[in-house]
Amino acid sequence: MSGTGSETTGMGAAGATLAPGGRGGAWRERGRLVVMTLGPILGALVLSGLLLLVLGVDPLAYYGYVVERGLLSPYGVQATFTRMGPLLLIAAGLIVAFRAGIWNLGGDGQFLLSAVVVAALAPLLAPLMPVWLVLLAALLVGALVGAAWSLLPALLKAYQGVNEIITTLMMTFLGVSFANVLVKLFFRDPTTTVPQTRTLPVADRLPRLFDTTVSSGVLIGLVAIIAVHVVMTRTAFGLKLRIVGANPRAAVHAGLNVPLLTVLTFALSAGLAGLAGAVEILGVQGNVRADWNPAYSLTVIPLVFLARFNGFASIAFVFLFSVLSIGGESAARRTGVPNFFTLVVVAILLVMLGVTEYLDQRRRAAGR
Amino acid sequence: MTEPAPSPEAASGPPPSSGAIVTLDHVTKRFPGVVANDRVAFDLFPGEVHVLLGENGAGKSTLVGMLSGLQTPDEGGILIDGREASISSPARALELGIGTVFQHSMLVPSLSVVDNMALGGSWWSRPDRTGIAARMAAVAADIGVRIDPHARVGTLSLGEQQQVEIVRALMRGSRVLILDEATAMLTPKGAEDLGALMRRLTALGIAVVFITHKLNEALAFGHRITVLRLGRKVGEIAPERLEALGPAAATAEIIRLMFGTGDRKAAAEGGARAVRRRVSAPPLLEIEELAVDDMAVPVSGVTLSVAPGEIVGLAGIDGNGQKQFAEALAGQRRLAAGTIRLGGEAVERLDVGGRRARGLSYVTDDRLGEGTVGSFPVSLNLLLKQVGKDPFWRNGFERPEPIAAHAERLVGAYDVRTPGISTPIGKLSGGNIQKALLARELTGDTRAVIFAKPTYGLDVQNIRATRQRIREAADRGLAVILISTDLEEVLELSDRIAVMSRGHVVGMVDNDDAARARVGELMSGVGA
Repeated sequence: MSGTGSETTGMGAAGATLAPGGRGGAWRERGRLVVMTLGPILGALVLSGLLLLVLGVDPLAYYGYVVERGLLSPYGVQATFTRMGPLLLIAAGLIVAFRAGIWNLGGDGQFLLSAVVVAALAPLLAPLMPVWLVLLAALLVGALVGAAWSLLPALLKAYQGVNEIITTLMMTFLGVSFANVLVKLFFRDPTTTVPQTRTLPVADRLPRLFDTTVSSGVLIGLVAIIAVHVVMTRTAFGLKLRIVGANPRAAVHAGLNVPLLTVLTFALSAGLAGLAGAVEILGVQGNVRADWNPAYSLTVIPLVFLARFNGFASIAFVFLFSVLSIGGESAARRTGVPNFFTLVVVAILLVMLGVTEYLDQRRRAAGR
Repeated sequence: MTEPAPSPEAASGPPPSSGAIVTLDHVTKRFPGVVANDRVAFDLFPGEVHVLLGENGAGKSTLVGMLSGLQTPDEGGILIDGREASISSPARALELGIGTVFQHSMLVPSLSVVDNMALGGSWWSRPDRTGIAARMAAVAADIGVRIDPHARVGTLSLGEQQQVEIVRALMRGSRVLILDEATAMLTPKGAEDLGALMRRLTALGIAVVFITHKLNEALAFGHRITVLRLGRKVGEIAPERLEALGPAAATAEIIRLMFGTGDRKAAAEGGARAVRRRVSAPPLLEIEELAVDDMAVPVSGVTLSVAPGEIVGLAGIDGNGQKQFAEALAGQRRLAAGTIRLGGEAVERLDVGGRRARGLSYVTDDRLGEGTVGSFPVSLNLLLKQVGKDPFWRNGFERPEPIAAHAERLVGAYDVRTPGISTPIGKLSGGNIQKALLARELTGDTRAVIFAKPTYGLDVQNIRATRQRIREAADRGLAVILISTDLEEVLELSDRIAVMSRGHVVGMVDNDDAARARVGELMSGVGA
């Protein structure tokens, strides 16, 4: 999967050089890409609109609220950017894993455990050292906790070939429950009635950008996802991971240490998910309430697929999703549609993308 | 080519061999770049076990495919009971009374025998389990096998599963039974039982096609033997002749057919081979008492040394431990015991990269499965074993110019026909992928190289080009191990020939005039 994802552009280029049309062929190729990208989005909006009509909601009003709140209002757009931070980090982690052929679906457990540990740790450290050091230590610990939670699936996959889809999902169940146990029994703030961790003072959180409410988490996210993109496409290490992902037997044949690379992939992927948890706590939440689980990882998975594991396209899709989700919260309140409708739109988008891909393949086959 | 062609162009007339249930009338089947079957004539008589012998790639599977409806011939016709028929699908083959038992079980292991028999019935009706069990018992009794109809298939041995498949084929009214490599997965005892079963089947007037590459089985079980080689039928031994020859003479005859006689081409090339200078330098690659653990074919006690500029052929029928040996040598598999020295230095503890860095290369026969990453461009596949190395990567970062230059150079030098160096290598033909692999493995500081079935699946032109590369590699002073199941190839290229059988090297001969016969005997297990 990662192979096809990563090499699509190469194939496209080869196809273009083979095409006799020359410049015309290149333009047609570009047009095709635009249609392939925008077509599914428009289709999904139209289909979701039809669904809204069925629900008795004016789709234009709904989309209007979404855009107004998620994109146009100053407060909304800042919330959108803030939301992007952890999502980008999770997306970066997923790209590493998926390109290496590892289906790490345990991001939510890794995210949440890291969030809980960071939420417990940061208020304890805050009085002891300067803010920047607290933040740095908390981010590091968050990444380590996330990575640690993937160790078992990683070892099972690397040395026993146990399917990581199952083990990582199971570890998520354990991780989410364990995080709750930690909040309720060990890290509980004694001064509150609802079970939650102690709250990190706003002054000790990740700095905000300029004069806005946008958390600098989004910068960490952007740096991480671009770094991941560059590593995966331009470096020897990334190439090794992609070889393992595309053809593990070829990796063995080429003398790569497949078990070690597998464990590293897990560690990087889960570490980034853990970092996302830390960023969410240090930048947005400040504490973890019991039973809190935003399930970001599972929602980001389709976005990364839509982006075909491309870092830059992932930024675009994460942005789109953040607009939909921030705006959707407001639109949902105002139109009476459930909050989850955002996920419905994403799901329809995914289906539309599959359909477009299928039609494109048929068209190519027919043209040959 | 050499078979007595019976009435060549009389396709419209009565079938040349009356009494045959199935006749393949000079069928030809082509695949891209290969003629898998070239005007093969084949008759199948009731009450006979017709053995189809041939090496891998000889065209047995294609012939079976055409009989069982998986493929249709490009040219030539199929006659059933003397009438022209087309076997367009496996279902049609069954209707015509042709049942096939494939090498790998086609049963559902989690279902009982009876339920497996009931598969394919109409979906709305409950399977008539007692009726099926009764009919099964009747058929099984006819051919003298006993099967518990309620046993789960997964609990049966492979031999028993085969019996179930044979019974199923007969219950569907098969008059012709094709057993494709049926003994390949069986124990010797299981194979013997199958032979006895075949005898009982033929006693009932059923025609059996038995595909194998084991000579002793062919002689023990077969009434009539057809030998295929490189897609052509090179000979047929009729029952009377087989009887008259006796086992020893028949074996000699079959070896002659399977591996070719001293005909002009082979003789000429063999001669050319003999004038190659003899090598007297001390060995460069020394393998001692190498052993590999393996479920299927454990390898043990392999001792071999190769001098610089020498080609040591490793002949043997496929699946006798050659792959395990090659992988252990290259570092892809753990050694159970033994030492490997390259230029005097022990390398058996090094990994693939370490051995390659010291000059040991391995050209795998599984070009797409492990040799390349099909979706990656040619340029990166040419560097698959050097990822991260200077000058193509610096500080871990890819450097497009040196990578492209390297690729352009190799593509040119090895004549890899590709639209461009960024084309995914999986889109190239087998011959061009092989050229790319040769380019990758033979450039750089290679001192010793292992070729695993280097011409397998290639067309004539690419076979010639590849063999030329192997010769050139040796002439450059490389120590070469040539693993091949094609005896012709081994004889053409090697200085010395080791023969591998059941995980052991059973003999080592100098490549002289007597080598062909001697190696053939060692290969077939006759001379061991």
